[in-house]
Amino acid sequence: MNADNKTYARYAEKRAKKSPVLQNCARAFTVGGIICCAGHALRVLWSAAGLSEDDSGMMASVTLILVAVLLTGFGKFDEIAKFAGAGTLVPITGFANAVASTAIEARSEGLVTGVGAKLFTVAGPVIVYGVSAGAIYGAVYFVLTKLF
Amino acid sequence: MRKPLKLKNRIYIAASASVAGRDEAAGPLGGLFDVTDTEGNRFGEDTWEKAESAMQRMATDEALRRAGYRADEIDALFAGDLLDQCVGSNYAHSGSGIPYLGLYGACSTAAEGMILAALACEAGLGVCAAVTSSHFCTAERQFRFPLEYGGQRTPTSQWTVTGAGAFILSRERRGGGVLPRITEVMAGRIVDRGISDLSNMGAAMAPAAADTLLRYFGAGADPSDFDLIITGDLGREGTDILLDLCAASDLDIAPRHADCGLMIYDGCSDKHAGGSGCGCSAAVMAADVLVKVREGALKNVLFLGTGALMSPVTVNQGSTIPGIAHLVRIAGEEG
Repeated sequence: MNADNKTYARYAEKRAKKSPVLQNCARAFTVGGIICCAGHALRVLWSAAGLSEDDSGMMASVTLILVAVLLTGFGKFDEIAKFAGAGTLVPITGFANAVASTAIEARSEGLVTGVGAKLFTVAGPVIVYGVSAGAIYGAVYFVLTKLF
Repeated sequence: MRKPLKLKNRIYIAASASVAGRDEAAGPLGGLFDVTDTEGNRFGEDTWEKAESAMQRMATDEALRRAGYRADEIDALFAGDLLDQCVGSNYAHSGSGIPYLGLYGACSTAAEGMILAALACEAGLGVCAAVTSSHFCTAERQFRFPLEYGGQRTPTSQWTVTGAGAFILSRERRGGGVLPRITEVMAGRIVDRGISDLSNMGAAMAPAAADTLLRYFGAGADPSDFDLIITGDLGREGTDILLDLCAASDLDIAPRHADCGLMIYDGCSDKHAGGSGCGCSAAVMAADVLVKVREGALKNVLFLGTGALMSPVTVNQGSTIPGIAHLVRIAGEEG
């Protein structure tokens, strides 16, 4: 990039209206916190229903996924996310929405070439790098536990 | 076309028509659009892509009806949209029987189509049509995220207009009254100033608009010759940058300048920096500006179709966003 363009890019970036970071953080904290509390409440409820600690944790996640997918299908999730930002994106609800919204979008192209092929176009990186990080962590854990 | 090309023949915009979606119909120009879908932007179709084609068809049919021409009297049709392979246009006109040339000029397509249709008339064709569309739901899929994906937009991002515009250009003048005439055209140059933020198209397009304006006014005309200098979809961000760039070159267009992207939505709506997409300038020109020329409220108009010539693939590969701005001079002529 030549010097003129660098100056222009800096000028454009400087004058661009900035996102309201503090407001976004406050909203993300509030909504994200509410979702986490809801997750914990679900866990308590599933435990009370007689599930083991592991199973109730898993069922709490599954319930959150179900709610997020239903809200996506009814066209409400994006409206909540517009307000909440990272508050809905970071918890498992964001992942569920990324998959469900892509499925809805690709529906018109068929179940194989549409939904099947495009289901993970948005959520794919989370799976790829999440699984990769898990594998690396597992390998390191294995080596360290064998050594010491 | 290094210099502005003055057309030797009298080439009229015999009629224009506009189609707009729900949010656009709820905006400040809402009452001016000829056809709107205030329900859900599907225009009676089952996919968004078909809906966009339907919009182009509706705009073309309405413009032809107003101009008093049948489809088989049109010598050539120049049409474009934002989709891969220009399918919005291809499917819209597949049954029309009109000789067809598909265009891709990103958001500048309305002006590009007008220029080419005017040149085709200048070369000897009798009647040509220029038709352009964009649809929020097809463009989001093409360029961004699924519609129901939950994310936040940055304040500089723009909103693709669900809209279409059709313009019938003719050498023959039918009827009295004032008719808009295309008197001068100039193709833009591709200008890339190193912007890589897909959410700040205004900053990518503004230098191209400034380049075209400086070339045009450098060739002799003066901003005071015009009642209106209107850009396609620079939005809030791009408009401010364009005025800065022009002022830095001692060109004062501010009192006469307007931007279709800022006209189509009201400030309090959720559209951030304003409207974009090639349906934005097409619908605003057809519904508002050309109507005012016909009514005599505007006599000389300079229309700049602005476009960001990128794809998400090239931007992900690290390329910056090139911009372009094509120029069309329109004058009202009494019958």
